[in-house]
Amino acid sequence: MRVGTRWLASPALGFIAFMVGGPMVVIVWYSLRTRGPGGVGVGDGLTVDAYERLVVTEDFAGNVGFDSTYLEVMWSSILLAAATMLVALAVGFPTAVWISNRPRHLQPLLVLAVTIPFWTSILVRTYAWIVILRETGPLASGFDAVGIDLPRMLNTRGATLVGMVYTFLPFMVLPIYAAAERFDHRIAEAGLDLGATPAVVLRKIVWPSVRPGVVAGCLLVFIPAIGAFLQPELLGGGRSLMIANLIQQQFGASRNWPFGSALAILLLVVVTVVLVVARRAAREARVVLS
Amino acid sequence: MNTTTTPSGSAPRLTRILLLPVLIVLALFAAACGNDDDTQPAQPAQPEQTAEPAATTAPSEPDAPEEPDASDAADGEDAAPQPEEPAEADEQIGGEVNLYNWTDYISEDLLARFSDETGIKVNLSNYDSNETMLATLAAGATGYDVIVPSDYIIPLLIDQDLIQPIDAHAMENAAHIDPAFLDPYFDVGRVYTAPYLYGTTGLAVDTSQVPDPPDSWAEFFAVPEGSHGSIGMMNDQVEVVHAVLRAVGAEPCSTDPGDYALAEELLDGFKSAVSVINSDGIIERMAAGENSIHMEWNGAAYRSSLENPDLVYVYPSDGLTLWQDNFAVPTGAPNFDQALVFINWMMDPANIAEATNWNAYGNAIVGSDAYVDTDLASSPMVVPGSQELSYAAPVESCPIEAIDLYDRLWTSFRS
Repeated sequence: MRVGTRWLASPALGFIAFMVGGPMVVIVWYSLRTRGPGGVGVGDGLTVDAYERLVVTEDFAGNVGFDSTYLEVMWSSILLAAATMLVALAVGFPTAVWISNRPRHLQPLLVLAVTIPFWTSILVRTYAWIVILRETGPLASGFDAVGIDLPRMLNTRGATLVGMVYTFLPFMVLPIYAAAERFDHRIAEAGLDLGATPAVVLRKIVWPSVRPGVVAGCLLVFIPAIGAFLQPELLGGGRSLMIANLIQQQFGASRNWPFGSALAILLLVVVTVVLVVARRAAREARVVLS
Repeated sequence: MNTTTTPSGSAPRLTRILLLPVLIVLALFAAACGNDDDTQPAQPAQPEQTAEPAATTAPSEPDAPEEPDASDAADGEDAAPQPEEPAEADEQIGGEVNLYNWTDYISEDLLARFSDETGIKVNLSNYDSNETMLATLAAGATGYDVIVPSDYIIPLLIDQDLIQPIDAHAMENAAHIDPAFLDPYFDVGRVYTAPYLYGTTGLAVDTSQVPDPPDSWAEFFAVPEGSHGSIGMMNDQVEVVHAVLRAVGAEPCSTDPGDYALAEELLDGFKSAVSVINSDGIIERMAAGENSIHMEWNGAAYRSSLENPDLVYVYPSDGLTLWQDNFAVPTGAPNFDQALVFINWMMDPANIAEATNWNAYGNAIVGSDAYVDTDLASSPMVVPGSQELSYAAPVESCPIEAIDLYDRLWTSFRS
């Protein structure tokens, strides 16, 4: 960075410090407090009870010991996010490469098409999926008309996954497209001319150039997907509790703000670990993460 | 393979530079949206929190000159006898009132008539549970003038100074309050709250799918014939755990871990029979026959039964919650006078009857029966028999130790 331009970044840094750092300090502070009277808000005392509750509980039989109830919720959120990422990759990668191979004047239109869903509220789009998937919906009645009886789709884990992939797919397609579009196909042609097999070209030439896009896409899908709230609730029938729903529960019916804050910190730690691991993996491959 | 000279023309480069930051913002936005929107389109908490104050401060300033004339009419706190002509006084007050109410819990027509008669504009925002409303107020949200808390949450609101005295007992229309509702445990003397509607939380059963409806929670949690895989539960930790505790013969708010061990065992066998856990859209699902049995409020069950005549409402014999919703005014409400006018207006027999007709829940106002639809007044879903009524009882807020046990049972049920 050129000296003298550094101050240009100060509004952005100040904004981030205030809007991201501020709430984070509050969450850390809340997680270390006692509960407020009646469980509303936080009290005056300092305690690590909230973190203890993450892993240790007195079970219903009265034994104090390791308890995985809450960690399992975190784990199932990670699994759901990972599944979302993999399916989005499987669908998004070919889509992105295909777009990058269209004539140049068509590409902006196709990219625009990918972003069109953002013009509508995510809540409305999720409700649209309820209409599509419900037993009286077009999908089920369409198959029914040709004599195929579909199993129940709405209120299943499958429906949650469909909704998640649908929501996050553009975040996979766009960075991969950005990387693939940059790729100079003449290099691949040169490789083939010089005698490399197509497999070698793919592995040694194409893959290293699109890899940053793939890594960025995976992170952009995985990280927000861990905190997904809407899809498990509306499409999954509320039967598979995710970490975001669990956190909301603590500020609501369970009236345990410190524990809710501790769960939020746990989520933050998991996301940080994922980022660090991804960054290290990327660096080992000598690829700079954008 | 394009023939373009270089892949980095100026337009694509710009796209590339902008793409990632824009994506990150969009991704965060998508995630945040999910969190804000909670479970319903017309939903609570955060969005309104920021929107409301802006909406209230701006118009309330022009109204300021009018307030002195009106304050006599509404400041019934000290002067018990109200001015004799409320309608005229109301017309002068104008301004607006910010109503923070349960989803789908008051008719738009009724609110429109209130505005016509009093000149007070109503801004409506919604919540889906007492706890959401409590958390919103406890987090410091301002800008709400009237809230609709249920019985058990009111002592918490009072203890936290989140609602203020309104001396509802001294309002003009308080003379209409049924004496049975004048001294509720949660607000003896009706200092902070005025009654709205009351009802029960029981079971709606579609007898075309379940010919032999359960009589009790115990039978319900044993998965009645014909209901497996199509049972609907409320997304309500408090009510669901109350119900399962009753099913194992324990009392709501039990602090005995042994009760919860039994309850967990019962729920483990029950989980796979459940298709949906959602408090919203129950009326539609039951009307369409999507669920064979659903935990439902009695008035909602009545509304579903208008479209699905096979529905019956069960008052479980092992006990069900009798709840009562009330009007209260949050501390620091920007339109205190208008809030009092609204609350008093809602206690008029003809007005509260319209709420009953629309919601199908009972009210606490003597003389409203004359205005209530006859179909409604004769429905066992709306007016329980004495036997059914004997099963129903109010449940106070559970102590913290019980809430911790509720949380863990509920989490294990849902995951």
